[in-house]
Amino acid sequence: MGMEGIGARVARKEDKRFITGKGRYTDDMVVPGMKHAHFVRSPHAHAKIISIDTSEADKMPGVIGILNGAQLSEDEIGNIICGWMIHSKDGSPMNMGAWRPLAQDTVRYVGDAVAIVVADTKAQARDAAEAVVVEYEELPVVTDAVSALEDGAPQLHPEAKNNLIFDWEIGDGAATDAAIEAAAHVTEMKIVNNRLVPNPMEPRAALGVYDGGEDHYTLWTTSQNPHVARLVLSAFYNVAPENKLRVIAPDVGGGFGSKIYIYPEEIVCLWASKRTGVPVKWNCDRTEAFLTDAHGRDHVSTIKMAFDADNKITGFKVDTIANLGAYMSLFSSSVPTYLYATLLSGQYEIPAIHANVRTVYTNTVPVDAYRGAGRPEACYLLERVMETAARELGVTPADLRRKNFIREFPYQTPVIMCYDAGDFDASLDAAMKAIDYDGFPARRAEAEARGKKRGIGISCYIEACGIAPSAAVGSLGAGVGLWESAEVRVNAVGTIEVLTGSHSHGQGHETTFSQLVADRFGVGMDSVSIVHGDTDKVQMGMGTYGSRSGAVGMSAIVKALDKVEAKAKKIAAHLMEADESDVVIENGELKVAGTDKSVPWFQMALAAYTAHNLPEGLEPGLKEGAFYDPSNFTFPAGTYICEVEVDPDTGKTQVVDFVAADDFGKIINPMIVEGQVHGGVAQGIGQALLEGTHYDPDTGQLLTASYMDYTMPRADDLPSFKVSTTETACPSNPLGIKGCGEAGAIGSPPALINAITDAIGNNELAMPATSERVWAALKSAQ
Amino acid sequence: MYATNYHRASSVEDAVKLASSSDEAKYISGGQTLLPTMKQRLAAPSDLVDLRHVSDMKGISVDGGKIRIGAATTHAEVASSPDVASACPGLAHLAGHIGDPHVRHLGTIGGSIANNDPAADYPAGLMALGATIVTNTRSISADEFFTGMFETALEDGELIVAVEISAPASCGYAKFPNPASRYAMAGVFVARQGDGSVRLAVTGAGSDGVFRHAGMEQALASDFSPGALDGIGVDDSELLSDIHASSAYRANLVKVMAKRAVSAAG
Repeated sequence: MGMEGIGARVARKEDKRFITGKGRYTDDMVVPGMKHAHFVRSPHAHAKIISIDTSEADKMPGVIGILNGAQLSEDEIGNIICGWMIHSKDGSPMNMGAWRPLAQDTVRYVGDAVAIVVADTKAQARDAAEAVVVEYEELPVVTDAVSALEDGAPQLHPEAKNNLIFDWEIGDGAATDAAIEAAAHVTEMKIVNNRLVPNPMEPRAALGVYDGGEDHYTLWTTSQNPHVARLVLSAFYNVAPENKLRVIAPDVGGGFGSKIYIYPEEIVCLWASKRTGVPVKWNCDRTEAFLTDAHGRDHVSTIKMAFDADNKITGFKVDTIANLGAYMSLFSSSVPTYLYATLLSGQYEIPAIHANVRTVYTNTVPVDAYRGAGRPEACYLLERVMETAARELGVTPADLRRKNFIREFPYQTPVIMCYDAGDFDASLDAAMKAIDYDGFPARRAEAEARGKKRGIGISCYIEACGIAPSAAVGSLGAGVGLWESAEVRVNAVGTIEVLTGSHSHGQGHETTFSQLVADRFGVGMDSVSIVHGDTDKVQMGMGTYGSRSGAVGMSAIVKALDKVEAKAKKIAAHLMEADESDVVIENGELKVAGTDKSVPWFQMALAAYTAHNLPEGLEPGLKEGAFYDPSNFTFPAGTYICEVEVDPDTGKTQVVDFVAADDFGKIINPMIVEGQVHGGVAQGIGQALLEGTHYDPDTGQLLTASYMDYTMPRADDLPSFKVSTTETACPSNPLGIKGCGEAGAIGSPPALINAITDAIGNNELAMPATSERVWAALKSAQ
Repeated sequence: MYATNYHRASSVEDAVKLASSSDEAKYISGGQTLLPTMKQRLAAPSDLVDLRHVSDMKGISVDGGKIRIGAATTHAEVASSPDVASACPGLAHLAGHIGDPHVRHLGTIGGSIANNDPAADYPAGLMALGATIVTNTRSISADEFFTGMFETALEDGELIVAVEISAPASCGYAKFPNPASRYAMAGVFVARQGDGSVRLAVTGAGSDGVFRHAGMEQALASDFSPGALDGIGVDDSELLSDIHASSAYRANLVKVMAKRAVSAAG
């Protein structure tokens, strides 16, 4: 490990511009003639559109155009797609209703876009939007998924009877039922995984520019995957052909999944630019973000875990109802199925697993992937039930887990996944040591003396990252392949540009990817540039989500680096009149091993481009590309332990200690990895303790649409985390990387709830564990 | 935000005159409620009369046992005032825990009580301290000033100039903040006078804004200790119930915060 190589704790290159206010975000982009958009949105959760009258609004100052769904249909702009086909267990395809980028006929959630107003200024667009008169006929509303399935519930889409989108299953139902029947002990729970609003720091924005001279389109947008946006905008939405469309995702201030999708606003801004003849800029405000960004989670599950007399798990049965909101968002169908139920084996040997999942339309914002996407929901079920079962069985939570850990790899679970490597004892041991688990009884007694109730809770998570290989996900219904691409360009002076299909919106790729290159060629990180987020610069790529940039994105870079290295060695060997197999690269030089012969890196690069003296038949230049398709998912795993103190008078919970022991495989930059864990754990604690999304059940109004009512985690809600790592290399990719972006959000909620339920002596506690809920649970336990 | 006209007042008289020149004028001081409301287009005053430069409305003075706080004095100034800290430490503590540092350095005592948000801190403090609200035309007792949720005894155009408080023998404030907004979900201010009489006021919990609790006041007048409240019930029928807390939970918080306020008062 060098100062800047793999494993070095290098400060982030990109932070200079971010912390000095020099980042360039979509809303910072200004083009000549640019105008501003405001969307007219439905104030109702469910209504028929009777008429849209723009006669007054059209006359307002600065108004350039007001467009609605009728014009969108005239131009044959397509319906918003869902990119993953799921079939119900009876073999029928999912019952998907139409989602128009601008609602026609019917609106189905508060905030559903009805029209776009384009005007000279933002304020004028908003003024005119208020003057658009939309006549609605209100329809009955349903916001929770369980009610939506009942007979007589309001119906959202004609395609989905009883609002049921699909009724899907995985695993062996008969074997699981038999295991439960024969069990020595069964732990049953009903568990709600609360709906979350993603809240990236930067709200969504779009700038659509149509160039009539070239018949060319450019879209600046807050995207985690600009190439996917371009593909979908052209292939499905019919806005522009792919070769005439450039999508640029410049600096993006956080995504957490919510910026994977191509939302109505982005489509409409780009289309409206051609229709109105002006560049159209839209930037949403925070309340708009609450109302329209895809939400996360929102599952209701009943579960049964069966144990034999030796406390070995014999079966696990899960029945889940998942709320997908008013429309099916891009990956909405995959989140509660293949990203969820395939992780239900956790870290444990479970011979029989069965999960049934029903997904449901409701009059709420569409639900899609949010940091972890399905895996937090699976982990939460498993780790709540393991802790609860341990209490019921009278064994320690750690012992029950150890009794059931998977210890031999590869391990084929009954739910598709084949775990390739792991050491679950190592992370459990490390976490218990870090929190001084054995010292807990003394700490609890000390807290009791102060009138506080102290509790401790464990969570042993496993997740699947990379979301690949492509052929496998394709066979499961994915509409795209989930490989990644890279191109490495060595310039004539030896500096290096890496063009990656991954996209950084907080992950620090400019630093870690540079470290990878610096480590390989011994050049300084400053001479390496990372280029991403622009479809005109970077070859097709799949973007960043599912903790895939390390395991998949960097693996593609490694493949390209391999090719560059091979060619560089050929050139250097020729220059030094040596055999290329004897050439090694060290500290920025190509050397003949065992001799004092060397060629500086830059001189080799220059030779590649002058082409005066290259090996016979070798092409000039030094630029290589690669596409990498993983052979398996990767499986980060670890143990989180949380310690809390509850004030019995008020029910207020203080998180007093939190340790994370993660196995992410090989780590490129420990500081960045720790940052990812800190952020993920903060979001997980947010879900478990603070973040409650409330819809009015009668009107469908989102009651928590601002920070006055929606509780984001803040610094004073969190302890100083103690994070550490153990390492088993991932065998399926060249760097041995597993991925670290989502683990914190996946593993932490059950640790926290297990700690609180331990403190109060009541296993019945829903997230978010508000002070009132904890107070009430404590009272009912007494 | 809709377009509005800005006026900077130079004196109390000037402010009143500027405000009276338009039917839709609003006084603005720290703007901590008014500006966000305007940005959401939920308020649209034609004219804003800025009070922040009226010297008669600023500053804190103590004369004997009487504290006078100008209406345009920020929460941070009250919180950091040595005079307030020595004469009425509970009020300094209250001011130091309003909102966050940004709010405390812009928001003012006059703005807070004129708005009378049912979850604001100052109404409980002033009610319990039996404060007098001095306007450009009269003096109003706190009991008469706070008339209901977001309602006060102020007439149209009437301007709060200062708040006057007689230093109590002891006082204390305890609040349980709403985790999202950090406004009080229940906040209790207790003040004991030299003659042993006690006033106790509750914010954040009442369905009609700040209120006094007679049962607790009587119990504390005969025994000023947290334990004196053990047998006192809090009727939840008059308390707020919303997505953040049920009335039953708020009733519990009122009692717990009352005990903690008494402990803080010492």
